[in-house]
Amino acid sequence: MLYFANWKVLLICAVCALGVILSLPNLFSARQLAPLPEWVPHKQVALGLDLRGGSYLLLEVDVAAAQKERLTTTIDAVRNALRNARIGYTGLDVQGDAIVFTIRDAGQFENAREALAKIDPDLAVTINGSGAGTLKFTAVATETQRRQAVEQSIEIIRKRIDETGTKEPTIQRQGEDRILIELPGVDDPNHVKALLGRTAKLTFQLVDTGVTASEGQRGRLPPGDEILPAQDGSRSGPSSYVVRRRVMVGGDMLTDAQATFQNNEPVVSFKFDTAGARRFGDATRENVGKPFAIVLDNKVISAPVIKEPILGGSGIISGSFTVQSASDLALLLRAGALPAPINILEERTVGAQLGADSIHAGALASIVGVALVAVFMVLFYGLFGVFADVALFFNLCLMLGALSLLGATLTLPGIAGIALTMGMAVDANVLIYERIKEEVRGGRTILSSLEAGFTRAFGTILDSHVTTLVAGVLLYWLGSGPVKGFAVTLSIGVLTSLFSSILVTRLQIVTWFRRTRPKLIPLE
Amino acid sequence: MRPLIVIRHVPTIDFMRWRFFGFAFSLALTALTIGLFFTVGLNYGIDFVGGTLIEAKSTSGPADLGAMRAKLDALHLGQASLQQFGSPDDVLIRLQQQPGGDAAQMQAVKAAQAALGPHIQYRRIEVVGPTVGGELIRAGVLATVLALAAILIYVWFRFEWQFGVGATIATMHDVITTVGLFAIFQLEFNLTTLAAILTIAGYSINDTVVIYDRVREDMRKHRTMSFRELINLALNETLSRTILTVSTVALAVLSLLFLGGEVLKGFSIAMLWGIVIGTYSSLFIAAPVVYYIQPNRRAIAKEAGRRAVGAER
Repeated sequence: MLYFANWKVLLICAVCALGVILSLPNLFSARQLAPLPEWVPHKQVALGLDLRGGSYLLLEVDVAAAQKERLTTTIDAVRNALRNARIGYTGLDVQGDAIVFTIRDAGQFENAREALAKIDPDLAVTINGSGAGTLKFTAVATETQRRQAVEQSIEIIRKRIDETGTKEPTIQRQGEDRILIELPGVDDPNHVKALLGRTAKLTFQLVDTGVTASEGQRGRLPPGDEILPAQDGSRSGPSSYVVRRRVMVGGDMLTDAQATFQNNEPVVSFKFDTAGARRFGDATRENVGKPFAIVLDNKVISAPVIKEPILGGSGIISGSFTVQSASDLALLLRAGALPAPINILEERTVGAQLGADSIHAGALASIVGVALVAVFMVLFYGLFGVFADVALFFNLCLMLGALSLLGATLTLPGIAGIALTMGMAVDANVLIYERIKEEVRGGRTILSSLEAGFTRAFGTILDSHVTTLVAGVLLYWLGSGPVKGFAVTLSIGVLTSLFSSILVTRLQIVTWFRRTRPKLIPLE
Repeated sequence: MRPLIVIRHVPTIDFMRWRFFGFAFSLALTALTIGLFFTVGLNYGIDFVGGTLIEAKSTSGPADLGAMRAKLDALHLGQASLQQFGSPDDVLIRLQQQPGGDAAQMQAVKAAQAALGPHIQYRRIEVVGPTVGGELIRAGVLATVLALAAILIYVWFRFEWQFGVGATIATMHDVITTVGLFAIFQLEFNLTTLAAILTIAGYSINDTVVIYDRVREDMRKHRTMSFRELINLALNETLSRTILTVSTVALAVLSLLFLGGEVLKGFSIAMLWGIVIGTYSSLFIAAPVVYYIQPNRRAIAKEAGRRAVGAER
């Protein structure tokens, strides 16, 4: 008991000193820390959104919707394939996640299977005994599409958010098809949400002037055409257009888009890359005098008539924009189209004021709590209570230091975790001291009472810490957001308190014993 | 430096005499909880059932709840609940889950903000769609059940199975009655509450383990003492520790409750209840249960002998 190897003393002191040094930066503001030399630790505890204010959004990439759209565009290919192979069919349509159809002639099932298999390697063909068939994406293809869609979405979302000027956004994948976004300092996420809610798929398609929209709606739609609605708020014009499905040029070939003014009206100017410019040039040269539709997310923004071939690869989109909507559209076009629609599943926004209030309240509660515990320990244990308080102080430093070093995020429940850990940390001291008292009463010498107090209480202390740690780890594993923050501080607190309340307390008691050689233990 | 307050003697309280009161009280409380759970149900927060929570601060003097309610009711967003929250300027608004999937929730918030008009500062807006709500409750309950299971497995490893049974019953009791507290007072039950429940389970087990440790030790020390007396002795010997630890944790929790702000209130109330009920259950449930399913004293004594020999080597 009395013997503490020198290296152990050194190690304990070193760990305590490290805790103090690592936790120190948290007492200063980032601005105060900045001019200090590099060897001074700068890492502070990162504050969660509930403390610094900001927006948390959980998005879902709707891969199924993207697949459905792709199936819809594949229907023409299916129709052509069956027609070219002279196979009779009925009921060709998209239902759920599959293209469905029925082959009339039982003798042609095999031919149909062959013809359809060539359309798209990602689609699997099934035709049952009665001729009812489906075309579905294979599991492998679905998985690949999902992965690509989520990866691309993250990239495009990052571009869009960066363009809004949000500082330090966090954008990460979560689970299979979710994306988690954290926007520190954003009080009103409505603008960001509006930007994320749009796919921003831009296409230029020729208008079919041979049919009117109302004729088309009555079922006389030529193959290869589609009816698209005009965008809301568009100037007096038709409410929908019949356009060619074939895309002349797409938004993926744009290199730049900017909001500008034309005749005092906000417009968006765009510029194609070389390949896009050539395609746009060819298409406009062949169709001079005809209108073409500028389509955004399946809505026609405007349908100007081509007056002359546009060969420079740049142009202007006009269509009753406001300054804001023009600059938003330019931003979306620069960032690119999302591969699939995005749904917002969860939103949590905390204003900066509430965050500041929470830090204030949390810090006050923790300080008062720790102070009360410290006074309590001195009241009941005297000098040994002071030892426990010293250990408590280092425990707090080690916790803050570890949180800073790990870059863990401190949330409001996390602060509660700290306060709670401080209350529980002294439990180890209480166990040890009560045990020492008992041993003294049992008639042991001072030295052997101290010894027995530590060794006998150790098993119990370990048990209680392990059980709390188990709860903490599971909370971290399964929890989310602020609860995760609570789990982090609770678990780290358990580990640091095991060190401080056993080793730091013991070192102090040993030192005190060696110096003073007491005749009595000051516990009673 | 001497302590100012000293618990000098080991008390001789006959805890075991009160075991029937303990059982009766706990059974009644458990029955009440289960009854309320299935009839009234819990006041689930939006984490679990989805919906919208808005914490708003009026920037033009105290908030007029009636006027705000009228504005929101005009939107027909289902029942909107308004409640003063902290200072008279602050209002907590809850909107129900809107039909029409995730997008409908977002639109409801927009509509509410437009209806409430200017002079309002939005301190907090939380929107949980139907997709996530279901998942959060599943993950939360799973976490709680797994954590309980893991803690109990640990106890079963460390102790004889009889202690495992006692610890299981006591911990379940604490978890169930904490849920009961939320059912009785209709406090909001959310993710933070689940975190509190897990912490309570951890704390309750701590307390039980300390007492069981002592029971086991006394079984080795006093081989002829009646088991009833022995349990009483163990409880009395550990009583000062029990009281001191409850007090320190309670001090920390009380300062959270009174100073930690509105957001932590539910958590602090749950914790305060938990440490009281956790301590109670260690004394009046966990210990008597072991009395009824007595561990094999001879085996424990023998094991103690082996350990002693091993330790001497």
